[in-house]
Amino acid sequence: MGKTLAEKLWDSHVVHSAPGEPDLLFIDMHLVHEVTSPQAFDGLRIAGRPVHRPDLTLATEDHNTPTDYTLPLLGTSSIKDDVSRTQIETLRKNCADFGVRLYPMGDAEQGIVHVIGPQLGITQPGMTIVCGDSHTSTHGAFGALAFGIGTSQVEHVLATQTLPMDRPKTMAVNVNGTLPEGVTPKDVILAVIAKTGTGGGQGYMVEYRGNVFAEMSMEGRMTVCNMSIEWGARAGMIAPDDTTFAYLQGRDHAPKGELWDAAVEYWRDLRTDDDAGFDAEVTLAAADITPFVTWGTNPGQGVPLAATVPDPADFADESDRVAAEKALAYMGLTAGTPLREIAVDTVFVGSCTNGRIEDLRAAAAVIEGRKVADSVRMLVVPGSMRVRKQAEDEGLDRIFTAAGAEWRQAGCSMCLGMNPDQLAPGERSASTSNRNFEGRQGKGGRTHLVSPLVAAATAVTGHLASPADL
Amino acid sequence: MDKFTVHVGTAVPLRRGNVDTDQIIPAVYLKRVTRTGFEDGLFQAWRANEPGFVLNQPQFAGASVLVAGPDFGTGSSREHAVWALMDYGFRVVISPRFADIFRGNSLKAGLLTVELPEKIVQRLLDDIEDDPATTVTIDLTDRQVRWTPSGSVRPEHETEVHDFALDDYTRWRLMEGLDDIGLTLRHLDEVATYETQRKPWLPAVAV
Repeated sequence: MGKTLAEKLWDSHVVHSAPGEPDLLFIDMHLVHEVTSPQAFDGLRIAGRPVHRPDLTLATEDHNTPTDYTLPLLGTSSIKDDVSRTQIETLRKNCADFGVRLYPMGDAEQGIVHVIGPQLGITQPGMTIVCGDSHTSTHGAFGALAFGIGTSQVEHVLATQTLPMDRPKTMAVNVNGTLPEGVTPKDVILAVIAKTGTGGGQGYMVEYRGNVFAEMSMEGRMTVCNMSIEWGARAGMIAPDDTTFAYLQGRDHAPKGELWDAAVEYWRDLRTDDDAGFDAEVTLAAADITPFVTWGTNPGQGVPLAATVPDPADFADESDRVAAEKALAYMGLTAGTPLREIAVDTVFVGSCTNGRIEDLRAAAAVIEGRKVADSVRMLVVPGSMRVRKQAEDEGLDRIFTAAGAEWRQAGCSMCLGMNPDQLAPGERSASTSNRNFEGRQGKGGRTHLVSPLVAAATAVTGHLASPADL
Repeated sequence: MDKFTVHVGTAVPLRRGNVDTDQIIPAVYLKRVTRTGFEDGLFQAWRANEPGFVLNQPQFAGASVLVAGPDFGTGSSREHAVWALMDYGFRVVISPRFADIFRGNSLKAGLLTVELPEKIVQRLLDDIEDDPATTVTIDLTDRQVRWTPSGSVRPEHETEVHDFALDDYTRWRLMEGLDDIGLTLRHLDEVATYETQRKPWLPAVAV
């Protein structure tokens, strides 16, 4: 019997295998940021261990960085929060002490860790990639095995460039057919999560298959793979193809010349064999997917934009019903309210889910020639300094600022409440990020997860809307 | 890492499902660079905003076993969630289902995650709510959870005994209190061999 893509990636990285023990996997690239690494470096220091492969380790600053500074930067003085500044300074010291390459705040290559890997060509098919961040699944869009790890594992990879892992099962998510107009990769993955629930992918390496994913851009594939963790999957991936190779060719770290040809030949075999089987399969029809938004406090609590806020009484499962009641109370919503009537005061376009150039182009196309509603504050935060520069070269920044939106420096920004970009208690956002947990965007903040198209249309109308409503 | 063989302690009933790591410890507490002192952040929003929250109830003070609804530890990979639970005094979390990353983080750090069927977890929740003094035994040697209902609801005092699954390797590692890195360093020669066979085009960063 043949192998799935996930099995091929796994098998090609096993360093040591023994019955009854986890496999020891080699890690091709370890991405590091300031939040989940300080205790790991400290562990190395205490044990007197070096970083085993600094050349396969790359660090950036993203979670804590403010996005309203002006360049050039002088040190870390623009970080007002003492603890945030300490964390950034600790990363700088750790990278200097252990010889790890760092792209600091203000650097032309700085950005969200899951945006800079792909844009540098460091994320390639066939690799194992880890990072102390659950959205590492993003890199699976290139046909890589990529997953988030905890700080102990960060220390483990720093010390050994390997990880002991139990092999997860495999799952296929099949989406075939034609997506209706205005339906984006974000809507596809939100629909998948609503179907499976937040635990549906638990214990699986997921491969997204079907013409819908094959026809997506790399940015779209990254959006899909990024949110794999939101339905519990260990990793998400899409087989590499000509779209992948075209994206990679010519990037800084992509192979060149004969090595490129050899790599492409190898990469073409990185697909699930016809006679391979998956442990589980989930199938959605593309034609049924519409613009999707969340109404609750986990990413599985989503419905089509055309729907109404669900009634907890309609949930058959008791824990789903309790969760829905609690979510509606937190979100300040009433069952039966049409989603389109929900007013927001904040719109956030950005994050490792939707902070890439294509996302900014999509939002700009909707907002061009229009105005952000008076009642709305719109933040547009590029995923990296390179995305920022490209957007400025294309004039997108002027489209956003002319409409009344704020154009920011690169970082995680309002995706999570660790930097100054936060919701105030009771504020409500339409956000292109990945999590609508209680307090995720700031204490007491209320989040509706949406696509960049819905975010931009919502900014114009002041309530949840799609471009078709304008 | 401390060795884990048998743990006996009282328990806190957290009757909620889908407890994500943002709830276990909000992002604002992640900024510390030390490995200890995270107990203040544990369930901070719920402790601050809900006077009736279980950790605010004096009868559950000093408990070392957390019993929660399904899908405990979803969301962010932050290991601080595990440290916060351990710093607060928990040694074991029992739930019908755990998120993968959280479970992995816990078992590496020495916080035992025990999966039991939802019906049994419900019964345990009922019993500890009924009598907060109920002690729960988590026996890694036999891979068993045991408790004797002592409240008014089920006064028959029949001891509940339930097996739980944990792979042999993790159990051995926890019982020996072994550090994963030390175990891996024993395979460094195999790592070196693997490194010579890697594809020549794979990226490396200049340091």
